[in-house]
Amino acid sequence: MKKKWYDYLWIASLTYLILGFFNILFAWLGMLCFVIPLIIAVANRSKSYCNRYCGRGQLFQLIGGKFGLSRKKDVPNWMKSKAFRYGFLIFFFAMFFQMLWNTYLVFAGAQDLRQVVTLLWTFKLPWNWAYHGTLFHPGVAQFAFGFYSVMLTSTVLGLITMVLFKPRSWCVYCPMGTMTQLICQARNHSAIQQEQQICTATKNN
Amino acid sequence: MEKTRKRPAKKAFVDRNLCVACGCCVKVCPMAAISVAWGVTAQVDMAKCIGCGKCAKECPASVITIGEVSA
Repeated sequence: MKKKWYDYLWIASLTYLILGFFNILFAWLGMLCFVIPLIIAVANRSKSYCNRYCGRGQLFQLIGGKFGLSRKKDVPNWMKSKAFRYGFLIFFFAMFFQMLWNTYLVFAGAQDLRQVVTLLWTFKLPWNWAYHGTLFHPGVAQFAFGFYSVMLTSTVLGLITMVLFKPRSWCVYCPMGTMTQLICQARNHSAIQQEQQICTATKNN
Repeated sequence: MEKTRKRPAKKAFVDRNLCVACGCCVKVCPMAAISVAWGVTAQVDMAKCIGCGKCAKECPASVITIGEVSA
């Protein structure tokens, strides 16, 4: 099959991760990975971001699939259960809001800028070498540190499950994927219900 | 001569309750038989599916199974 431009978006994802090692302010670009899927889900009622444009998914596919760094085993049942997926989404939200709260504290002057990247919500890695000051308020940088922590943590988690299970097993519990699926469910509610009615009618006849 | 018995056709079946609609199956299907319906679940076009199993192998959640269907 002929490759399209969006099949190379893994380059953008990889570049993003690398840029964060040089200047943390680039972390702001990661907002695109949050905003674009939501816009597509709300406006276009589809998951075409996951289906086509997700550079991170492509990156896992490349490393786990083409480079063979994956055991290619089935994910455990609990991992694909709705309880875990929704639970992880809520946990992710909670961590995201905590990050926003920290940003607010710096903006309000109640807290100093912390030049650390928190990995897996626990390990605080010194990251001062990627900060060279900013024209804006230090709060802008605090958000960048927090946001990059979110992005790096999810990449590490994705890499771990990529190795243990199938290359794109991150997609199974990706909070953005779960959220856009829920949005699509709500936005296409009547169409889904209609099809279910047709299915039941056909089965009964 | 005895007429050779036709084997039952194989098709892909998606567990709609567990599908995450990531679209990995769509990319590997050689017959373009799968689509992601309403951003909620993968859907197999039974007329096009040849039951090759590429989608089942690719599916990150392993929710696609290959089963036989009687004609």
